[in-house]
Amino acid sequence: MESNLLSILIWLPILAGVLILGTGGDERAPLARKLALGFSIVVLILSLPLWSGFDTTTAEMQFIERAPWIHSFNVWYSLGIDGISMPLILLTTALTVIVVIAGWEVIQERVAQYMAAFLIMEGVMIGVFSALDAVLFYVFWEAMLIPMFLIIGIWGGPNRIYATIKFFLYTLLGSLLMLVAFLYLYNKSDGSFSILDFHDLKIGLNAQILIFLAFFTAFAVKVPMFPVHTWLPDAHVEAPTGGSVILAAIMLKMGGYGFLRFNMPITPDASHELAWFMITLSLIAIVYIALVALVQGDMKKLIAYSSISHMGFVTLGMFVFNSQGLEGAMMQMISHGFISGALFLCVGVLYDRLHSREIKTYSGVATPMPVFAAFMVLFAMANSGLPGTSGFVGEFLVIMGSFQVNAWFAIIAALTLIFGAAYTLWMIKRVVYGAVVSDDVAALKDVNQREILFLGLLAAMVLVVGIWPNPILEVMHATIDNLLQHTQISKLP
Amino acid sequence: MKVEALKAAAATPEMIVAFMACLILVAALYMKKEAGHRFSYGLSVVTLIFVAIQIMMNFSETGTTALNNMFVDDPMADLLKIAICLISAGVFVYSRQYNQDRGIFIGEYYVLGMFGVTGMMVMASANHLLTLYLGLELMSLCLYAMIAFYRDDKLAVEAAMKYFVLGALASSILLYGMSLLYGLTGSLELSVIRDSLAGTQQGNVAVALAVVFIVVAVSFKLGAVPFHMWVPDVYQGSPTSTTAFVGAAPKIAAFAMTLRLLAGGLEDLHGMWQQMLMIIALLSIAGGNIIAIAQSNLKRMLAYSTISHMGYFLCGILAGTEEGYSASLFYVLVYAAMSLAAFGIVLYLATKENESDQLDDLKGLSKRSPWIAFLLMVLMFSMAGIPPTAGFFAKFSVIQALVNANLVWVAVIAVILAVVGAYYYLRIIKLAYFDAPESDEAVKSNAGMSAVLTVNVLLIVAILPWIGSLLALCNQVIRQFTV
Repeated sequence: MESNLLSILIWLPILAGVLILGTGGDERAPLARKLALGFSIVVLILSLPLWSGFDTTTAEMQFIERAPWIHSFNVWYSLGIDGISMPLILLTTALTVIVVIAGWEVIQERVAQYMAAFLIMEGVMIGVFSALDAVLFYVFWEAMLIPMFLIIGIWGGPNRIYATIKFFLYTLLGSLLMLVAFLYLYNKSDGSFSILDFHDLKIGLNAQILIFLAFFTAFAVKVPMFPVHTWLPDAHVEAPTGGSVILAAIMLKMGGYGFLRFNMPITPDASHELAWFMITLSLIAIVYIALVALVQGDMKKLIAYSSISHMGFVTLGMFVFNSQGLEGAMMQMISHGFISGALFLCVGVLYDRLHSREIKTYSGVATPMPVFAAFMVLFAMANSGLPGTSGFVGEFLVIMGSFQVNAWFAIIAALTLIFGAAYTLWMIKRVVYGAVVSDDVAALKDVNQREILFLGLLAAMVLVVGIWPNPILEVMHATIDNLLQHTQISKLP
Repeated sequence: MKVEALKAAAATPEMIVAFMACLILVAALYMKKEAGHRFSYGLSVVTLIFVAIQIMMNFSETGTTALNNMFVDDPMADLLKIAICLISAGVFVYSRQYNQDRGIFIGEYYVLGMFGVTGMMVMASANHLLTLYLGLELMSLCLYAMIAFYRDDKLAVEAAMKYFVLGALASSILLYGMSLLYGLTGSLELSVIRDSLAGTQQGNVAVALAVVFIVVAVSFKLGAVPFHMWVPDVYQGSPTSTTAFVGAAPKIAAFAMTLRLLAGGLEDLHGMWQQMLMIIALLSIAGGNIIAIAQSNLKRMLAYSTISHMGYFLCGILAGTEEGYSASLFYVLVYAAMSLAAFGIVLYLATKENESDQLDDLKGLSKRSPWIAFLLMVLMFSMAGIPPTAGFFAKFSVIQALVNANLVWVAVIAVILAVVGAYYYLRIIKLAYFDAPESDEAVKSNAGMSAVLTVNVLLIVAILPWIGSLLALCNQVIRQFTV
């Protein structure tokens, strides 16, 4: 199928970002906002044909584009999507619209640059999900760091510089090792950077393990998995609300995407060999980080730790190697995109009013802000995995998948249903309910129409995906079956 | 003895530059002071651009030797000469205002620069140890004088003295190495040297000694650790216009020297020099990147950054493959363009009273001059090797050559140290974007210069769709590389 839809989806937001940069100073901020909203909606609409035109019966790449780029290294500008990347692209286009709306009044300084950064980042992120050439993938992967670095550094909180440099260097170190792995594979494959060619390579076990670890550093930092997660709470706490949303909802998913696209199909034997390691780290993240979340006094930090704990489910689901686990991991990624984004936006709503993220500043928010309270409670329930919300589907599938491998994995993972409910609901109890703590809280204004708009959209997504997840599962079914087959064939020479 | 035709036409570009330098020297004497200076400046820039175009029009398909085999005109020499001319012209354009503000906008400066360019071009085309040495000394002598152009400035004089003494030492080491090679092979011609050294045993002490001397001299000229002592002082002490000159084009000439000596004459001793270069390259990357973090002076920081870049550049050479050489060639071209732009920005920010070479002078630059801050940001990301910039592809091709030559561990160390390097480049962006300015005074704008800077910096990004062609050109040029 010939189409250049993916190229349009990548380059339109980037060009729009450059155009918005051109609007100049803050005196023309309204224009910058309107342009950003307009373009992000256009991109969202343009991305819908990816869904409607998607052939769910095949695991082949679709919407393929291919053009030579760097002859001397046999690098191609090659794009395509399958059932793993397509939902993530739609997640990206949808959340960018929401982030633009969320930043509408909050950002008053350097508006054009803020909006442009998000649009450029949207294009680059779509590039990451659709690149089929390792070098192209790498270029998008790293280029994504630049706008995020600036977003945290310019519009972030008081400790933003420490947080943003830590974020940048952490991710850079991981990705550079991935680059070396790419180059090694390039030599092994007699001069091809095509990711799909990498999938068919025969590699010895020791080399596989080294390649696995190189990819692991890149993706584990991004996910983030247990010992390398420390950049995330810092980055989240300091980032402006929009930055936190994109970071939690999409950037973290790139780590998971990387495991599915690179680790499992390229180094299946090493993946099996090291599955115990991945599962252990995942379980530590699920349980230990949930306990860490419990004691946080800062709402954003709490949600950040909750993200790490939920992402533990994603990696657990992947490395149990069965279709429930993998589909659960994918569902968890998509649902976490909506839920964590929504929770960060809720904290943003409160922060915009009282400029505090401390739980103890708030109590009894439900009295002055009943509508807001309803939304926040819904998202909190979804976060703790209430059936009927999207949070339940992924966790349930992952637990089911891990049960087939070892009952203990499932039992330990299921503990988080308790811990997750504990830290989320305890936060809700302290923030939303209870007696009104101060005059400031009593004087809070409830959410305005703009805020209802973005919270409402997210609430709808959370419920729709929770009640009727089939369309998403169908889309990824063929791809995940194919991936599983790949992981079951030994790649040893 | 057979008398050969000299075929001096091969050296037309060098002759044009040298002739114009003489012409400027004489003609400026007969003009009014100010007019003479402007004339020297204008004619230098025009000549360099003209010569670059002239070489482009007559780009060699294959290598031909001339002047009794002392001189070679191959595609690589042509490509390097084009880069040398354009980059030196760029330095002259960037430094015009700076030099005028400081009273060194004088004819001699440009005459020295033009002779320096001649020296570099001769180095690029050398096929004979004497030609190489001649070019090197011509270039170095001009640089010594240009560094000392601030006669009354203590730092500048110190830098010039240091460079002169250490440079003379390095030259003598190079000469010693050359004399050993002459003694061993009976010839100064690179192709003859290569042929007679073919099949030398690893344990041959005399040959090893010659290789050590040559590697040391080359490392000194490149400014690689542990022969880097002069670099920070020279970069910091010289007038910024001279630093820009020293930092860009001479590295291209040094590339030519490295390649012609190591990959040309000493090709078969690859096993010997590879290990030395490996240590030197890794030390340079580590030393440069780590010490740069501690700097508070921008020029000095850029000096250490150069040292680390030279380390990456040597990584390509030490791979010892065609691929590696072409990666190094690409690296040095991209590096020269980045270095030119970086000093261009320092020159742009300098005012009559303030050198603006402290890191703190960059604070809040994005508020004082948004466009220049943006260019600086792009440049820093490129120097750090973050895609989508040319700097990334430079590092990428070097690392690729290393992995391909089965030196994965060197590649891993090199990339890990790149993360260390990213820190101080990010700090510049942090100063420019995240910090509040110390004064609200807008940077004095200079439309012409900012236009050239824009082209210079944006080329680093906008070249991406065509970066394949540039890499292919480097490959092709290296394949045609004649000894």
